[in-house]
Amino acid sequence: MASDGPILPKSLEVGQVIDGFRLEERTHQGGMAALWRVTRVEPAGDSTDELPLIMKVPRFMGGDDPTTIVGFEVEQMIMPSLTGPHVPRFVAKGDFTRLPYIVMERIDGPSLRARLDAAPLPIDDVAQIGIQVATALHELHRQHVVHLDVKPSNIMFRPPRDGRPGEAVLIDFGLSRHDQLPDLLEEEFELPMGTAPYMSPEQVQFVRNDPRSDLFALGVMLYHLTTGARPFGSPTSVRGLRERLVRAPVPPRALRPDCPAWLQEIILHSLEVDPRQRYQSAAQLAFDLQHTDQLALTERAERITRADRIGRFKRWFRAIGSESGDVAGAAEQAARHPILLAAVDVLGAEPTLLDAVRRTTQRLLETAPGARLACLTVMKINRIGMDELADADGGSRHVNLLVQLKHWAHPVTQGADATGRVTFHVIEAPDPANAIVEYARRNQVDHIVIGARSSGGLRRYLGSVSAHVAAQADCTVTVVREASPIG
Amino acid sequence: MRLALLTDLHANREAVSTVLAHAQAQGAQCHAFLGDFVGYGADPRWVVDCVREHVARGAIAVLGNHDLAVARAPLPSMVSDARVAVEWTRAQLDAAQLAFLDALPLQHEDDDVLYVHANAYAPTAWDYITARSDAVHSLQATAKRYTFCGHTHIPALYHLSATGKSGEFSPTPGMPIPLSEQRRWLAIPGSAGAPRDGNPAACYALFDDADRTLTFHRVPYDHAAAAAKVRAAGLPQRLAERLLHGE
Repeated sequence: MASDGPILPKSLEVGQVIDGFRLEERTHQGGMAALWRVTRVEPAGDSTDELPLIMKVPRFMGGDDPTTIVGFEVEQMIMPSLTGPHVPRFVAKGDFTRLPYIVMERIDGPSLRARLDAAPLPIDDVAQIGIQVATALHELHRQHVVHLDVKPSNIMFRPPRDGRPGEAVLIDFGLSRHDQLPDLLEEEFELPMGTAPYMSPEQVQFVRNDPRSDLFALGVMLYHLTTGARPFGSPTSVRGLRERLVRAPVPPRALRPDCPAWLQEIILHSLEVDPRQRYQSAAQLAFDLQHTDQLALTERAERITRADRIGRFKRWFRAIGSESGDVAGAAEQAARHPILLAAVDVLGAEPTLLDAVRRTTQRLLETAPGARLACLTVMKINRIGMDELADADGGSRHVNLLVQLKHWAHPVTQGADATGRVTFHVIEAPDPANAIVEYARRNQVDHIVIGARSSGGLRRYLGSVSAHVAAQADCTVTVVREASPIG
Repeated sequence: MRLALLTDLHANREAVSTVLAHAQAQGAQCHAFLGDFVGYGADPRWVVDCVREHVARGAIAVLGNHDLAVARAPLPSMVSDARVAVEWTRAQLDAAQLAFLDALPLQHEDDDVLYVHANAYAPTAWDYITARSDAVHSLQATAKRYTFCGHTHIPALYHLSATGKSGEFSPTPGMPIPLSEQRRWLAIPGSAGAPRDGNPAACYALFDDADRTLTFHRVPYDHAAAAAKVRAAGLPQRLAERLLHGE
């Protein structure tokens, strides 16, 4: 089968072998590309042998928009650099001079497109979808990529595992931009690029490097899943697209009275016309969806009619260009708006160590004005399922810890602008170190601050929580120790 | 096959030896030297011999304006520090080394690549590629898919699509960039021996012709030692200062 001449996509047939991949079945024929289920003729001898594979073959028509071709070129360029469970694993790509294709991991779960028809969805489902998608977007942004075409048909879900929902997987990087690779699309478009209902105001203005554009698109999806309607309709003209710059959406609660105030707050926060007024990172959005009881509600939560958007738009429009340093790329934007976790043993640690942990936390917050701080303490229980947490004693222990934790943080929260930036969490777990590491992972925490163990014999016997956290965490860990006299 | 691209070595032994060791550790199997092996730095003999030895083993080398000036005469366009360095350098080199420089080709072509010091459209006029329009001009003057050149000392990557759309890009060190076969590319690795973008670390790039990726690298080297040698040689102080600050 192998030949050096070009292969026409429409000539492909079942059983054909392309560069060692046998075409088994055409699973999809869309306007832009065909998808083939493929298998390897010979094992590659690496970990990709275990993966179910698909081959994506673009369909270029004569007289086609050249952007279709460039889009596939972009996808071929960006996909090999992506890793982790929130993207399909890249396996191989085919030369444009013969047959352009991408072979990648096949994701078995459904796409979010199917859920859209069922909207409005139960509130818990909307929140869960939001958490999964925001978590995936944050991972993508950390890898220097802004997706720029976030919409239900580009989001799939891995099957649930161990009782947990499967990860959201982002697909189709044909409009994406990588901070550290040339932007081949920069010069291609005379019209705004993206999918009309989901496009952010800055995308309409040809800005392609702002990860907050993806958060706007996520806001559109959450709005749609909550209310069954699109916040900005489905415009078909540039004029129609530009309407979102000056016209705010109808608040979700006006369409769905049982939409909770916190959900309206989060959705309208994501849909702000000025990206500086939106969530500053996807992880911060996911964090709020995971801790809705601690969300600081603003007037957004209470709106029942459209807000005046003209004033905000004018302010933002003036700022365009005058603040070119506002966005420094996807990964840098995520880094400038980290989530800090202060893991505090409020009842067990020495007061001087607690002071030292707080001072370090405060210094970190001062150096990162965009940071969120989550204060966490672990209420140790004997074994999962064996404690009487519902009883009065357990309840009062929990409340007491929360009171102590807020008291500990008071000098920090007293500072200006703490509203909505600092949250408090008491979690119950048999193993504090594992609980802290897991919490940090689930919330995409960037930096954990934790006190070192004291020199007490009991702690030595039990082992050090901070050492375990430092060894096991996925992020930076600062272990704070009191200075002690030398000698 | 991994090809190491070095340009604007400028008689800087400390930088060139560090870059070559780095390239070897990265799996470089062959080398292309894109001109300006001498001028400014204090070790012209060592650097010329180093390039000669690589060429004897199959490496590519092309002529730079400083090489030409040392082999023949200073160019009218040269600034005074460069003229002083040219005269000093000529006195350091023996006849065989001068003959090697004099015999360097202006450009070299293989299947897919044009190697040239300044640009493809007027290589002997030594025009600089400092903007996208210059790069497009150069890409239009060759049929080769890739142009690797130097002369400006600043790392840069330009591309031109079949429909005439062009782009420019400031590379991130260490990040492999796939060079799509759908367009043509012009890459400037940046200067190995006289970096001028405010970062004193040496520049070079690695081209992997199997997966068609280009990786720009920055390699810290003992630039204080190189600057001290420039001073000790009696070359203009300003040339030593530039090495310390990468300017």
